[in-house]
Amino acid sequence: VFTFILKFQHDHKVSLPMEQVIVAMQDPDLGIKMKNQRLLITVIPHAMTGNDIVEWLMKKYSIMEEEALHVGDLLVRHGYIYPLKEPRNLVLRPDESPYRFQTPYFWSSQQWPASELDYAIYLTKKNIRKQGQLIDYEKENYNLLHKRINHTWDFVVMQAKEQLRASKQRRKADRIVLECQEQAYWLINRPPPGAFDIREHGPERRNRLTSRVQLVRLHSFIIHQKKIHDRTFIKYSEQYFSHDPMMHGCPPSNPWITDDITHWALNTNTVSTPTKLRVERWSFRFMELLSDPLGRLKFMEYLEKEFSAENLCFWEACEDIRHGENSRIPQKVQEVYKQFLAPGASKWVNVDSKTMEKTLEGLRRPNRFVMDDAQMHIYFLMKKDSYPRYLKSDLYKNLLVKAIAPQETKRSVFPFMRRHRHSSPNPALVAQALEEDGKAKRLGSPRITSPATSP
Amino acid sequence: MLFSPWCALEEQFIANVSSPASAARARRSGRVGLATASRSTSDPHPAEMATHELHPNDTLTTLKMESENLKAKLEEERAKLHDVELHQVAEKIEALGQFVMKTRRTLKGHGNKVLCMDWCKDKRRIVSSSQDGKVIVWDAFTTNKEHAVTMPCTWVMACAYAPSGCAVACGGLDNKCSVYPLSLDKNENLAAKKKSVAMHTNYLSACSFTNSDMQILTSSGDGTCALWDVESGQLLQSFHGHGADVLCLDLAPSETGNTFVSGGCDKKANVWDMRSGQCIQSFETHESDINSVRYYPSGDAFASGSDDATCRLYDLRADREVAIYSKESIIFGASSVDFSLSGRLLFGGYNDYTINVWDVLKGNRVSILFGHENRVSTLRVSPDGTAFCSGSWDHTLRIWA
Repeated sequence: VFTFILKFQHDHKVSLPMEQVIVAMQDPDLGIKMKNQRLLITVIPHAMTGNDIVEWLMKKYSIMEEEALHVGDLLVRHGYIYPLKEPRNLVLRPDESPYRFQTPYFWSSQQWPASELDYAIYLTKKNIRKQGQLIDYEKENYNLLHKRINHTWDFVVMQAKEQLRASKQRRKADRIVLECQEQAYWLINRPPPGAFDIREHGPERRNRLTSRVQLVRLHSFIIHQKKIHDRTFIKYSEQYFSHDPMMHGCPPSNPWITDDITHWALNTNTVSTPTKLRVERWSFRFMELLSDPLGRLKFMEYLEKEFSAENLCFWEACEDIRHGENSRIPQKVQEVYKQFLAPGASKWVNVDSKTMEKTLEGLRRPNRFVMDDAQMHIYFLMKKDSYPRYLKSDLYKNLLVKAIAPQETKRSVFPFMRRHRHSSPNPALVAQALEEDGKAKRLGSPRITSPATSP
Repeated sequence: MLFSPWCALEEQFIANVSSPASAARARRSGRVGLATASRSTSDPHPAEMATHELHPNDTLTTLKMESENLKAKLEEERAKLHDVELHQVAEKIEALGQFVMKTRRTLKGHGNKVLCMDWCKDKRRIVSSSQDGKVIVWDAFTTNKEHAVTMPCTWVMACAYAPSGCAVACGGLDNKCSVYPLSLDKNENLAAKKKSVAMHTNYLSACSFTNSDMQILTSSGDGTCALWDVESGQLLQSFHGHGADVLCLDLAPSETGNTFVSGGCDKKANVWDMRSGQCIQSFETHESDINSVRYYPSGDAFASGSDDATCRLYDLRADREVAIYSKESIIFGASSVDFSLSGRLLFGGYNDYTINVWDVLKGNRVSILFGHENRVSTLRVSPDGTAFCSGSWDHTLRIWA
């Protein structure tokens, strides 16, 4: 068997990870030590026990028993290893049950089409051997095939008889092995109803579109001093460490674990006092502040005191254009121009002359990107100027001082007691109600409002 | 174009000729251009303006050689920077301790393989879709089903929750992406208000709303991605460049909000500019189909999961792969990946039914989670990072925390 594999490896690129494992398992030096295994009174050579498989996997890949059993089981389910005892049951038993490697000819990766003719011959052999006592689904398949390829049935029977005769002349051990191999192959390719079917792969994927010529435009970036040893990822992960519920826990507790939704209730968009972690996070980067509706609201309050709220309003209006309905773009663009950019506008924003010129030019043919440059300019203005000053302001500092910092609660003493899991209003319901009231929330564009959760 | 003052752009044109027949055809017509796809926009497609005139002497061989040369030059440039791998930089950080995550909820109700799921912004509701055409909206916290729709097609491979929480989008073998407004009237048939938005010429593999309910980004087995206006169903932009089925996409969480990444059966992960439709970066280090792509929370990198049984991390500014997450005992493909809130952990759902948890910085596996009884097909971390949800071919979804 091993020499066959060597040749096989040479002829066909054994690239599938699963097959690499199988080949490694059969390595004469580092693979599983195969022995003769006793099956009732017959001795089967080149076999191993379920235990052998699990232990080898554990040692070779430095994994725990649970994972080794899982991997080994998959190898059996996919037909690369088959059991000699209870051969219809393709599972890995971590005990002294004997197993053998499937011949590469029968590997599922070979993708020989398992033809109806082959299957018919197999079932006919079985039928003859068992004198008509086939298992239900096999009996059904047999009858179906008999009908469907009736015209070649003489050939089928002849082949079956010939193969049976040839196998009778083999040694018992060889005969058993060949029968098991064939049976395992057909269990994979014609699985019993309800059984695991490895052939199922999902919709077909075409890996190469043949009739197209594609033009791929590549930009090669010349990077100035942006090697990865500037520790970007390390810094980011460190900064957010205490905000990551999976790394650091979740004050007062993770709702999914304790069924207590206090954590969510403390962090809605309408709380009067935000939590410490949340306020802290606004100081990490400008986008954090803007993407939190409450953060944005507080920032707007600050800007109003500074008489520069029009910048944020302008930015929000531009977002609305960029992400809004196509049909309303011309109308929105006109409104934004009137409110923010036109000479004497009530909320005039200070855009540099070059950008203004470009924007005015673009207004002749309004599209969703016409405000991009102006929006970008104002965004960076806020980021470089208003934002840092906000973080140093009394308004922000007070928020930090007053912020809630709930204690992390330990799991309740009686973990078996399950809290009632409160439901929350469906966001679609909330939106519907708002619409009916005719009110719009004062959190910028209604679209950007996050659905509120309530305790 | 993009707000990237730290980059200088050099444009290179590479013609990837995929078959002698098409090359001959292209030669005859005198132009190398994009294959026609169904498009209704009146604006000239940006890539059409950038055609490369074929000379009579150009043969398939010379074009291929030129393509290889350009690629090699690109690799040379990247290598010159003497970058180290991420795990080497991260050597001195503390390793993560014992990691315990358990299934906290099991959602049963799909009668067939679960193929896709997405979280609502309210951090507790989810939408899921399955092989038998069912799309279900759940309150995952209580495990109650709140809405259900039966699509007229099977294999609904893509679904997404609208940012407002008022609608869901889904599609699959029908080659379309449809939007269903969520009605709370128990008597109303959700299918009645369905809106057909996207139309591809092959299966829909993924979809995502952009920052609002008004735009949807899709990827398809027809090899393209596309951006659509929901209200009118108009195609706003299409993205050509993959050489095979596109299987996944993710929108960048950047300040400018203008890019997204896609992965396909051509083993490539492409980064696109949504305004121009151009592919601005491309990564080809996987050895098989890329099933899932997800941005690192800062937007500076993205992770991918592939049929080659590895997950990888690509740094966008360094323009290269900086980490591979693999283990010899993992011999089945990764179907879906997502980061924890801080980006320190990468969760991968695999075709061997398990979920592997990786330390993104140090590169080692932190934990392996068992539970599903068939392939894990979809995996997403919740919006506030308190949990993640996995969907499987075993018909169930699980919430882990």
